[in-house]
Amino acid sequence: MSAFFKLLARNRLALGGLIVMGLVVALALITPLLPLIDPDVTNTADRYLPPFSPGHLLGTDQLGRDLLSRLLWGTRLSLAVGFAAALFAAVAGAAVGIIAGFYSGRTDNIIMRGVDMLMAFPYILLALAIVAALGPGLVNALIAVSVVNIPFFARNIRGITVGLAHKEFVDAARLSGMSNPRIIVSEILPNVIPVIVIAMSTTIGWMILETAGLSFLGLGSQPPQADLGSMLGEARSALITNPHTSVIPGIMILIIVMSINLLGDGVRDALDPRLKSGALSRPMAATRVDRKDKPAARTQTDGLLSLENLHTQFHVKNRVYKAVSGVSLSVKPGECLGVIGESGSGKSVTALSIMGLVASPPGVITGGAARLEGHDMIGAPYPELRSLRGRRVAYIFQDPLATLHPLYKVGDQLIEAISCHRAISKSDGRAKAIELLKSVRIPNAEQRIDSYPHEMSGGMRQRVGIAMALANDPDVIIADEPTTALDVTVQAQILSLLNDLRRERGLAIIFITHDFGVVAQLCDRVSVMYAGRIVETGPTMAVLNAPAHPYTARLIACVPELGGGKRKLEAIPGLPPSVDDLPTGCAFAPRCLRAQDACKQGEIALDGMGPRAVRCLFPETNVAEETA
Amino acid sequence: MSIALQVTDLAKTFPVGKKLFGGAKGAVKAVHPITLSVETGETLGIVGESGCGKSTLARMLVGLLPATTGQIEIEGEALNTADPAAFGKRIQYVFQDPISSLNPRKTIRQIMNAPLKLLHKMDGPAREKRILEIFESVNLRADFLDRYPHEFSGGQAQRIGIARALAAQARILILDEPVSALDVSVQAQVLNLLADLKREFGLTYLFISHDLAVVEAVSDRIAVLYFGSVVEEGRAEDIFANPRHPYTKLLADSAPVVGRPISDPEDAHAELPNPLDPPQGCAFAKRCPHASDICRKTTPRLEQIGADQRVACYHPL
Repeated sequence: MSAFFKLLARNRLALGGLIVMGLVVALALITPLLPLIDPDVTNTADRYLPPFSPGHLLGTDQLGRDLLSRLLWGTRLSLAVGFAAALFAAVAGAAVGIIAGFYSGRTDNIIMRGVDMLMAFPYILLALAIVAALGPGLVNALIAVSVVNIPFFARNIRGITVGLAHKEFVDAARLSGMSNPRIIVSEILPNVIPVIVIAMSTTIGWMILETAGLSFLGLGSQPPQADLGSMLGEARSALITNPHTSVIPGIMILIIVMSINLLGDGVRDALDPRLKSGALSRPMAATRVDRKDKPAARTQTDGLLSLENLHTQFHVKNRVYKAVSGVSLSVKPGECLGVIGESGSGKSVTALSIMGLVASPPGVITGGAARLEGHDMIGAPYPELRSLRGRRVAYIFQDPLATLHPLYKVGDQLIEAISCHRAISKSDGRAKAIELLKSVRIPNAEQRIDSYPHEMSGGMRQRVGIAMALANDPDVIIADEPTTALDVTVQAQILSLLNDLRRERGLAIIFITHDFGVVAQLCDRVSVMYAGRIVETGPTMAVLNAPAHPYTARLIACVPELGGGKRKLEAIPGLPPSVDDLPTGCAFAPRCLRAQDACKQGEIALDGMGPRAVRCLFPETNVAEETA
Repeated sequence: MSIALQVTDLAKTFPVGKKLFGGAKGAVKAVHPITLSVETGETLGIVGESGCGKSTLARMLVGLLPATTGQIEIEGEALNTADPAAFGKRIQYVFQDPISSLNPRKTIRQIMNAPLKLLHKMDGPAREKRILEIFESVNLRADFLDRYPHEFSGGQAQRIGIARALAAQARILILDEPVSALDVSVQAQVLNLLADLKREFGLTYLFISHDLAVVEAVSDRIAVLYFGSVVEEGRAEDIFANPRHPYTKLLADSAPVVGRPISDPEDAHAELPNPLDPPQGCAFAKRCPHASDICRKTTPRLEQIGADQRVACYHPL
């Protein structure tokens, strides 16, 4: 709750709205205690007194009634009616929406078509019709305004409920013996209340206006009772001669609706989880770079692509998440480097940092270099980075459904990927796209080019993803878990395709995965990551056969291998450390059986001879001896 | 050995394109009639690729989905009403995504209380005692009880999910991909916990997964599902070492194994069968190197082959 107010207070306009609204509500609440003249006492001798007349601060109206008193009583009434209408509409609308969304099927259809019918009428016409049927009066106006607003709540809440009703926790509640009404009350309702509050906060101002509108037409509050709308309506005839009688209630309506809407927007922003997580803030085109020591822009490197001591962090509020702390690696043409690690080990962030694709904010590259043929790409001007992306260094991502645009044909997306980097005619583009689809072994490429992503299977979509990565003949492909979302039979096809492509085209591949089996089959070398660092690196078979870092050894032991029969698995107790609070020394020490005091003090270097290196003081096998 | 769970000709058909009034346009057979039995104390593994009907089967077994035909017998008693509350005391479910199976707005204590209160009508103090006992057995600390689900890691949340299933005192657990959302180091912790619990409480498991190695490591017997039917069933140590159905062999050959050279075991790229327009005969025939005319005409039945294996194929390997 206090977090909510803090978020709300950060929004200046909302805070202003809250203060003004608070004052108005306070004033309305204490109105009966104030020494005011009775708002309904007429005194025709004093009609149309201007503001600041003695005894009448805001003057009087056409019947000589005190305007200040009428304004305050009227505000009180308008606010009460507006809030009541909003509450009624929210409760009724939410109930309808939850029932429709939860029971779905025919119930949903019948209820929602009814709601649609309600929405088909212009709102003021519908309100007029309701009031006409029930007869004028404030209570009837309240009912009319509520009913008119029920569809808004019902549709909103139904949408949320449909999503919730298929969540696993609802199934779990059923299995715990809960009945449907109980599930609605205890599982669904607590999850939709924030949405109801958001919807209410943004519509309440509107409802006050609508009530005022009905009163203005003479269908709401009846004389002599004052509310803001009827005050305006009665003053209309004297608009030119005595403008203060209409301006005063008009200003009050403006103040109320304005402050409520500002406050409502603030409440929505503070409560909406998507806005809270910053998901709607647009990331920059390239990751922010903030390096203390700038490495040389160009040096000689062995590899085609090499990372030198890369540091990438996420700065969220006052916390610093060190996602990648000092990663160095390199690949040669035709080589496949595996990067293996668990979730949160920094393997994906490493990959995204190379081309400045880490979302900023909150991502910041704080050190190191990513060199393509010796040329540092980190901090390169955006046009240069953009011309390299996809042309020299291409990515394949985990979920092809999310990578491909659902509304464009795959062929058009492939042609777009080509035409980003060089001008190509329509027919040449199409021919090239067909050639690309054939190169990733898509059957009937000529027909498939006109398919939409949803018309293809997961494996086919990932082939298109690979074809897109190949579109500009890149030198390096960075594949971030490209087969994790696929079935095993499809995975085997994709892996064999990638393997052939790198042999045919001399591609350098950085292959990110968590699966040792995949690494063993595809990769020449492997680097194991833990808590943002490489803990071991070396030729794949050497690392898998004789892991030197205890983490590698125990991770391999965790993974069951096909053909082993029923058995007990070796587990690593505990959890990986959180990268915003890394221990000094070895990050794996708290979970390690070989750890000694020395492991928890100071930096441990990635040490080794030749191609193998390990970041451990007490390795399982001595890397130096083995290579010597 | 007694039979804990007996499924006879269980099938599920989903109507497609349902209109407001009147019937549906078409139907998708998600699960073809399946007959399976699980002995008390046994772990039956169910493997299959996405869309093979394994989750639909699991949801029918706990009553979350009504079966179209067939029947389910639990410990000798038929359960034909699709009422999760009736099933709940006998058979429970552990979900794939541990975090989304816990209501984000409830404390762990409230979540744990529900099955004890509603299924077993326990009073407050008895519930508290029982929750602490269960938490002890899944290695969770009692102070977790007052926290909310988002405060837990995947592995911890999955333990809570298992604890909730245990609270219902069901003796059969359906584990639907219980470790596929977890990291490998945590995956082993959860699998070992499941093995310990099984021994301690004499549980029976139905373990559903797409990961062949994991299923093989935890199961006594394995059933392979393809396109809604069981194509092969046998003992865990035999089925992938000695597959009799061409599909099982394809699965076993596709799994990445250290030391095996990379290869695409399937040369032809036949499209997967379309559920709206299922092929006649064996669903695998189009992808099968051994398919003959009979395979494309009539569907093979699951038949005994060897001592402990059953296979639905006219040309078993």
